[in-house]
Amino acid sequence: MADKLHFNLVSPEKEIMSANVDQVDIPGSEGLLGILPKHSPMMTILAPGVVWVKDGGQETRVFVRGGFAEITPAGLTVLAEEAVMVKDLNAEDIAKRIRNCEEDLGDADTSPETRRHAEVEIKHLKELQAAL
Amino acid sequence: MPSLKDLKNRITSVKSTQKITKAKQMVAAAKLRRAEERATQARPYTERMEAVLANLSASAKGDPNAPKLLAGTGKSDTHLLIVATADKGLCGGFNSSIVRKAREAIVRLQGEGKTVKIITVGRKGDDMLKRLYGDLIVWKTNFVEIKQVGFEQAHEIAEKVLDMFEAGEFDVATLFYGKFKNVVTQVPTAQQIIPAEAPEGVETPDLGGAIYDYEPEEQEILAALLPRYVAVQIFRALLENVASEQAASMTAMDNATRNAGEMIDKLTLQYNRARQAQITTELIEIIAGAEAL
Repeated sequence: MADKLHFNLVSPEKEIMSANVDQVDIPGSEGLLGILPKHSPMMTILAPGVVWVKDGGQETRVFVRGGFAEITPAGLTVLAEEAVMVKDLNAEDIAKRIRNCEEDLGDADTSPETRRHAEVEIKHLKELQAAL
Repeated sequence: MPSLKDLKNRITSVKSTQKITKAKQMVAAAKLRRAEERATQARPYTERMEAVLANLSASAKGDPNAPKLLAGTGKSDTHLLIVATADKGLCGGFNSSIVRKAREAIVRLQGEGKTVKIITVGRKGDDMLKRLYGDLIVWKTNFVEIKQVGFEQAHEIAEKVLDMFEAGEFDVATLFYGKFKNVVTQVPTAQQIIPAEAPEGVETPDLGGAIYDYEPEEQEILAALLPRYVAVQIFRALLENVASEQAASMTAMDNATRNAGEMIDKLTLQYNRARQAQITTELIEIIAGAEAL
């Protein structure tokens, strides 16, 4: 039997996934990385993007933002500030929220703080949209 | 000597107080369970983060180009105190013990001629500190409108703190919160978060002789990691604070319920005595009246 890779995905609030899988593709800041069992130890920052977890022909996609990954002989650990299952995302909802934020930006009387918030939000939402 | 009616009224009022404290105690117990659960769930992330950081900072030690968040600004003239308390009272000495700890630090730092700035998190701490040190408070926040403290809130505080650090507004940041030891003990704790103290006693994973590949460079990873570490520490403090607050509240309410019970017993005894005394007086009157005939 082929070796499996022990994969852990944790966010600050809880452990999202812990499983033995065949392969995990992670969006490293320098490019996409495919991690197979027995990968050499490494550490990398993650770019916002989708983590693909592949196991026995099945694929799970998780969107992560603001994280890093650590590979040790014990397995792969992804720490992400935000992690959402791609299947839980809704394209229409995201598009609507982007429109909302853009409207906020368009308003003349928006305070600088709200404006900054909206800009960050739009950037985040666009990343989510790209993940779909 | 209070009249029978007075006594009866007092008993009723103490009884209703007891009902309230008992209800609050049960609510706190339920909330405590949830808070503890969340603190446990957050642990893996913090632990991994600490391990990674311990690993990285060991190699960055002594490096003149080490990030400021780790090495400090080289001065300690301005101190930022982040005082995290609860938004509500009814939790015994929980809030005031954190504030006392912070106040001791303020007095000590000012005595050493340092500048002190304060950020208050939570309404109670703000209420207590603003009377004495109102002009030192540079920013405040509370979670009155938030049902459950999440990472988002910690992130917001961290962002503010990091912005201030970037702008050179302080040199050292210390976080004050109630550490949750167990249901009976909560320890007010001061923890330095900037410059970051490399966590100690953390197990680094066994690499089987291999060395880490870093992508990008170690320094870059460290620079990206440290701001997150600040947020994680604040988040952990907030979670511990919630658990501590509920535990303190539970103990305080348990005591209050017991006190109310004792008070009711005492008052009931007094009430019965007074009632019997009244009956006796009435009887004497009747007998005396009958004899006079």
